[in-house]
Amino acid sequence: MSKKRPKVKESVLVRWGRITNWRRLSQAFFFFLFTFLLWVTWFSRLKGYPASLFLELDPLVTFATALSTHTVYRWLWRSMWILIPTLMLGRLFCGWICPYGTLHNFIGWVFNVRKNKENIDVNRYRPIFQFKYYVLMIFLVLAAFGSLQIGLLDPICLLARSYAVALFPAWDFALPSSFSMLSSAPGATDQRLFDGAWFVGIMLMGLVGMNLVIPRFFCRVLCPLGAFLGVLSQFSLWRIERDLTKCTDCDLCLRHCEGASSPQSALRKSECFVCFNCIDDCPEDALSYKFVPVPLKDQIVGKIKDKTATLFGRKVISKDAETEIKAPEVPRRRWILAGIAGALAFPFIRFSKAVNKRGFNEKAIRPPGSVEETEFMERCIKCAQCMNVCPTNVLQPATLKQSGLEGLWTPVMDFSVGFCQLNCTLCSEVCPTGAIQKTPLAKKLGRGDYEEQGPIRLGTAFFNKGRCLPWAMETPCVVCEEVCPVSPKAIGTYTEEIIRWDGKKVTLNKPYMRPELCIGCGICEHECPVVDDAAVYVTAVGETRSKDRSLLLKSPIPGSQKKKS
Amino acid sequence: MKNKNTSNDTKEDKQTPNKEEAKSSPSNKQKDTSKDKQKASKAEKDDEKDTEAVSETLPQEVVDARRRQFLKQAAVVTGITTVFGYASFAPPRWPMSLKDPDGERGKPKIALKKLPENGFASENKGNVMGIAHGKDLEAMVRGAIDAIGGIRRFIKKGDIVVIKPNVAFERPPALGATTNPELLKILIRVVKEGGAAEVRVADNPIEAPEQCFARSGIDRAVDVAKGRIYIPSHDDFRILNVPGAKLIEKWPFFWKPFIGATKVIGVAPVKDHNLCGASMTTKNWYGLLGGRRNQFHQDIHTIIADLALMMKPTFVLLDGSRVLFQSGPTGGSLDDVRDGNTIVASTDSLAADSFGWDELLRRKSQQRPGYLDKGAAMKLGNPNWKQVPHKRIQLG
Repeated sequence: MSKKRPKVKESVLVRWGRITNWRRLSQAFFFFLFTFLLWVTWFSRLKGYPASLFLELDPLVTFATALSTHTVYRWLWRSMWILIPTLMLGRLFCGWICPYGTLHNFIGWVFNVRKNKENIDVNRYRPIFQFKYYVLMIFLVLAAFGSLQIGLLDPICLLARSYAVALFPAWDFALPSSFSMLSSAPGATDQRLFDGAWFVGIMLMGLVGMNLVIPRFFCRVLCPLGAFLGVLSQFSLWRIERDLTKCTDCDLCLRHCEGASSPQSALRKSECFVCFNCIDDCPEDALSYKFVPVPLKDQIVGKIKDKTATLFGRKVISKDAETEIKAPEVPRRRWILAGIAGALAFPFIRFSKAVNKRGFNEKAIRPPGSVEETEFMERCIKCAQCMNVCPTNVLQPATLKQSGLEGLWTPVMDFSVGFCQLNCTLCSEVCPTGAIQKTPLAKKLGRGDYEEQGPIRLGTAFFNKGRCLPWAMETPCVVCEEVCPVSPKAIGTYTEEIIRWDGKKVTLNKPYMRPELCIGCGICEHECPVVDDAAVYVTAVGETRSKDRSLLLKSPIPGSQKKKS
Repeated sequence: MKNKNTSNDTKEDKQTPNKEEAKSSPSNKQKDTSKDKQKASKAEKDDEKDTEAVSETLPQEVVDARRRQFLKQAAVVTGITTVFGYASFAPPRWPMSLKDPDGERGKPKIALKKLPENGFASENKGNVMGIAHGKDLEAMVRGAIDAIGGIRRFIKKGDIVVIKPNVAFERPPALGATTNPELLKILIRVVKEGGAAEVRVADNPIEAPEQCFARSGIDRAVDVAKGRIYIPSHDDFRILNVPGAKLIEKWPFFWKPFIGATKVIGVAPVKDHNLCGASMTTKNWYGLLGGRRNQFHQDIHTIIADLALMMKPTFVLLDGSRVLFQSGPTGGSLDDVRDGNTIVASTDSLAADSFGWDELLRRKSQQRPGYLDKGAAMKLGNPNWKQVPHKRIQLG
């Protein structure tokens, strides 16, 4: 430290071409790509874009769904593109690609008011950074039991959900009407709204805000994907190497260390984000990124304490001979404890009524093409892409009420907000994990090759005659019959002429359900003029995906039953 | 304060010793001297006791600084108090006043919009209705329009024309629930030949708008014919005032496409309707409204008559290329649709609709929809189509 390096004047090209600048460019690119792909997740923009690309690139999504379903769905093999570089180069995803990491990195940088010394101290490794490994362990054990909870904290799922549920509605709200083509939902007649957006939004703000306390708090402490990549990166072929004959133990390498991976001492491979800031910051050029470095401790001749130590004939300056800690620093007993916690958590959350075949919530109405409820819990990562693409806003993040903690933020239909549009299967297109299976329109409608199976039913509509205008209030209505999209219509009417209280003669069409024709799309509930508590409403019973929730002994196929309505 | 003069005198007296003190204060004894002075002044006045006690201990620069600070802060306090006081106490008609004694001022004000007095109708001459039968859509459209005087009777050079198709549902064209896109394409071209500067196509569907426009084929048809599509978003609506309307005197209206518009053409398919009997050119205007449309069904015929009052178009086209004769207005099966092979152009939507009822839906024997008679009672048209001047042509 005391002797100053002779200042070599770097040319502009060299200065701008530093690898840390390339990293920043990469982070910006992937952040905007991520935002762009979520922004194009909309009917008129989707075209051929891989809208859920980042979710498919996420190795934790692939691994955890493989644990829970024993399969790798559709595009999830794409996570190999992240897995392989991690095994070669380390947690490069965290430092170079992850959009959520970029957000933390950026906010932490812009609002950092620490002085140099504080910066160094705040980037030292702390035991609390083990916590993410417990999170990972608990989630993986849950997944193995068939309850996929990684989506609660997986950064890609978390950020995608924050965008769809909180940020995009805010963006549309802030956008001047002359720029409405930039809106996240162009052509939507109403401002989109999502149940519990406040919580998702506050969670985002809180986690990002924690950067002021601990830089990259989420990445270092909570991120299960980071933990997963950390476990893998112990095998990486490259790592940061400290030259003991140059290092003066000044700790300046910690100044901008993203991962708190102790480059000043024994590098924690599983914590290192490969951001290369340490190499940039080292005044002695003691740090470099090396291919298969071996621990140097054994090569040292002499004793560091006596200042006689040499390494390959050169004097060792650093007082710390350790250069590497490979695996995450989690004691084996604690791995086991986390595993037990996961194994206990499963029955706790599973036998909370919501998901089981008895005691399910009647409003847990899943999008068309969804697999049966317990399978749904094996697959849904709560990424909210289905809600993002839904043109009518009917898909809503489930609250604790509808789906319990296990199904929190999974998609359910709320017909007071929207309805399931007959000819639309967009949610099944963008679902990365097959919780909503890719569903051709013919399958949804039960046409062509699917004639025998009949249409997909989401539930069944019921009349609340006490609130229905023709039934209870001597007032003509039947909007429900008008909008019923199936042919023949699932809502029929009895015509009745009555003398009203004021002596007027009125013809009433009193609606009734034909349950074998109803597909549970909910447009009747959505259009019902009794808006606060609709006189016709859909519940999940009768849905085709579940035998447990079927209603009729026999469901004839509407196509085969031709008659005039 | 007992006596103004005495207090002023004492102040002046004190200022001199204070200055001396300021010079000597860094060294010592300040405490003692100030105490003496304090005693002396205490005897005279009680009121200014506190301030004097402090000021005597402080050097003159500090006193001056304090005075300046006091004046500044007092100015700020006075300013804020004045502004708040004015805003809350000044009578409402004064500028910048915020006073709202009864809560009425705070309520949102709704600006009402109005369509032109006589609507978008051209002067009335020649046939009211042209009926063209045939197989070739283009020939039928041109034939029907020519039968009522040709497009140049209606469209002048530079006109901005709003065309209102029925795009209510997300259905492919073959199911007959929406306006035939081919017909729309031809109509836009004809209107452009007539000299229109801009052709706008607008509707507020029941289902998700973008998808309704796309699946009905209208999206593409309008693009090909170089028209401009208006898909409604929530800030495109204004409250429209329809004087004389029984139920929709003030109702949210899809206003954006009508800014600067000079002509309006409705083009509606022939559809069975579960409640009002049939949905044709008059019911078609339903798609220009927003708000709580699901209340309309409680008195649908009066509403449709009101719609005829609201919109007096340049002319309407009744799209009888396909007829949705059952399971309307949504349909959903090819079994609900048959070919109609007819296009009707009319300046009287009630006449066009009654023709559609009689000959396209083939329900002549049944009682015609109540809105036709309600509309006639409001002198909005003549539902006895045979009585209106019309021309029928057979093509191919």
